[in-house]
Amino acid sequence: MAVERKWGMAVDADKCTGCQACVVACQSENNIPVNEPDHFLQRRAIQWIRIERYWEGEFPDVRARFVPMLCQHCENAPCESVCPVFATYHNNEGLNVQVYNRCIGTRFCANNDPWNVRFFNFWEPVWPETLRNQLNTDVSVRSRGIMEKCTFCIQRIRRTTRDAGLEGREVTDGDVVPACVQACPTNALVFGDLNDHDSQVAHLREDGRQYRILDHLGTEPSVYYMAKIDPYAAEGEHA
Amino acid sequence: MQLRPALTERDINRDLLRPVLATPIWFYFLLGGLAIGVCTAIGGFAWAVNHGTGVYGINRPVMWGFLLVNFVFWVGISHAGVMLSAILRLSNAEWRRPATRAAEVLTIFALGTAALHPVFHTGRPWRIYWSMPPGYDFGRGIWPDVRSPFVWDPTAISTYLTGTTLFVILLLIPDLAVLRDRSSGLMQKVYGFLSMGWKGNTRQWKLQIIAGFLLSALILPVFVSVHSIVSWDFAVQIAVEGWHATIFAPYFVIGAVHSGVAGVISVLALLRWMFRWENYIRDDHFDALARLMIVVATAWFYFLVIEFFLGIYPAEEPEISLRTLQVFEWPFNATFIVFLLMGYFVPVPLWLFRRVRQNVALMFWTTLMVNIGMWLERFIIIIPSLMRKQPLTFSWGSYNPSPIELILVAGSFCLVFLGVLTFSKFFPIIPLADAKEGVALETHVRVGKVMVPAAYREE
Repeated sequence: MAVERKWGMAVDADKCTGCQACVVACQSENNIPVNEPDHFLQRRAIQWIRIERYWEGEFPDVRARFVPMLCQHCENAPCESVCPVFATYHNNEGLNVQVYNRCIGTRFCANNDPWNVRFFNFWEPVWPETLRNQLNTDVSVRSRGIMEKCTFCIQRIRRTTRDAGLEGREVTDGDVVPACVQACPTNALVFGDLNDHDSQVAHLREDGRQYRILDHLGTEPSVYYMAKIDPYAAEGEHA
Repeated sequence: MQLRPALTERDINRDLLRPVLATPIWFYFLLGGLAIGVCTAIGGFAWAVNHGTGVYGINRPVMWGFLLVNFVFWVGISHAGVMLSAILRLSNAEWRRPATRAAEVLTIFALGTAALHPVFHTGRPWRIYWSMPPGYDFGRGIWPDVRSPFVWDPTAISTYLTGTTLFVILLLIPDLAVLRDRSSGLMQKVYGFLSMGWKGNTRQWKLQIIAGFLLSALILPVFVSVHSIVSWDFAVQIAVEGWHATIFAPYFVIGAVHSGVAGVISVLALLRWMFRWENYIRDDHFDALARLMIVVATAWFYFLVIEFFLGIYPAEEPEISLRTLQVFEWPFNATFIVFLLMGYFVPVPLWLFRRVRQNVALMFWTTLMVNIGMWLERFIIIIPSLMRKQPLTFSWGSYNPSPIELILVAGSFCLVFLGVLTFSKFFPIIPLADAKEGVALETHVRVGKVMVPAAYREE
């Protein structure tokens, strides 16, 4: 495959209802251990995608805002340059990938990650007996002491590309669907190739509501957010 | 210079070799106590390896905790060795004589201990050699990423450690020969091997002095680079507000000198008290070191103020919120006050008085204070910044050290003191040759009715 792709995602905050379906889908697709309440209290829960909830306004006029937060797969990723052993690097499909068995766990990347979307395995992961057979065979189970993060479901990208190659066709827009995108009931998440100008995600990138979180850091994130349309918002508060 | 008994070479040999040749019995109890501390820390680390990095108190926003604070602290302490030894040797400061070797030995053990911290800290310590110079994984064709400060760090530290060790060994050779001539049996063979055939003839002395000067000059750039590189561990991170100040490198270097020289003074005071070396580590040595401390501390304080000022000057909300946390919010407000008092505002005004500077007990406690302050400084730089990395408040967090981390921190202190004391058991920790040279260069001047020793500056 000589095609140079640049995978990206568009997240429509206006469509997000904060239902957390993407979170659950991601957990089961990517063999992420079950997050018990303790893990959240210790701030060690692993959620490759999470719904950040912010409150806006003063009581009683309070509104909840949901921001689905996942690895931004930056073009100019700050986490990559600080890894001493190249355990995280950029591949030619625009993905920020993590090599689990190369990682030594300095957690430097996690520190230099402004979105806090890199996760460290503090313990050896365990699953309840009933979930043993649920593990995805396409995804490696991470051992303790290493970092992990959203891969844009690279196993699905690989499988689709391979299948398309066998069938002798090109991968078209909408062929690759990460677990979170698949699970989203309101289609708030859109995934695709940003280099393909006809793809849905490339069109959304041109949208007037588009912004990127912490864009000022200059890391060129591949995840584009569409601002919330809020009829109650004060003049000029939202795009 | 003060009035003091005249010392003969015989006195110097007897007094300075006392810990080596006639070790007092309490010394072994002290070593045993420290060894228990070190063993506890080894146990703590074994526990962490066995159970996982989760035994530390770190969590998602605060991925670096006490171990990194302690790492920076020990690298800072290790700066004293070269600062005192090389700079004072090159500038021919007479009062360096008793302090140099203690400083260098403190450097070696503090640096070695600091180098252990990344091992404790990583998630898979058994793979850490992939990021260290001798262990690069070339066999698989994978290079380390030279853009990462965690590759620069081991390189700089191993260079500095090698340089300082060579420096110590080189300057130890004449003293080893003295020990060779005064010991018997196995130890004589060991000292004989280590002294490398030193006979004390003119050519050997000449070579040794030239080599000492050369190493002093060569090691100075390394001394500046090591802590600059440690500061870049932090300064390269765009993600953490409060860390990407361009002033970090000189700020860390001067801070390291501040804590390092204070550490040397504490160690010298301890040695003088333990081995009754009042005639060698004299009050006027403390006086001179304290004067140096006033200058260094004030320079460091200037950098501290500038760093804060440049941080809040753009009045950006994330930075302001971080500084508010550092200065005004519990528990960092208490830490901050203690840090300022201990790091600067109590010791420096005290050192302005000659009576304090020449009081060994007070010097010991004030320099200890400086180091507590400097430990807190690293804590205040590292932890709050990670707690509020970015304005995304959803991911703000907090940090509590775990018992294992506390054990490892305490164990690192035991390890450094165990190292320094073990060294003083086998080698003279005050250079005999330097002390004798000082006596040889000494002249006397008449002050009133008494003759007072006055030292020459060597040409």
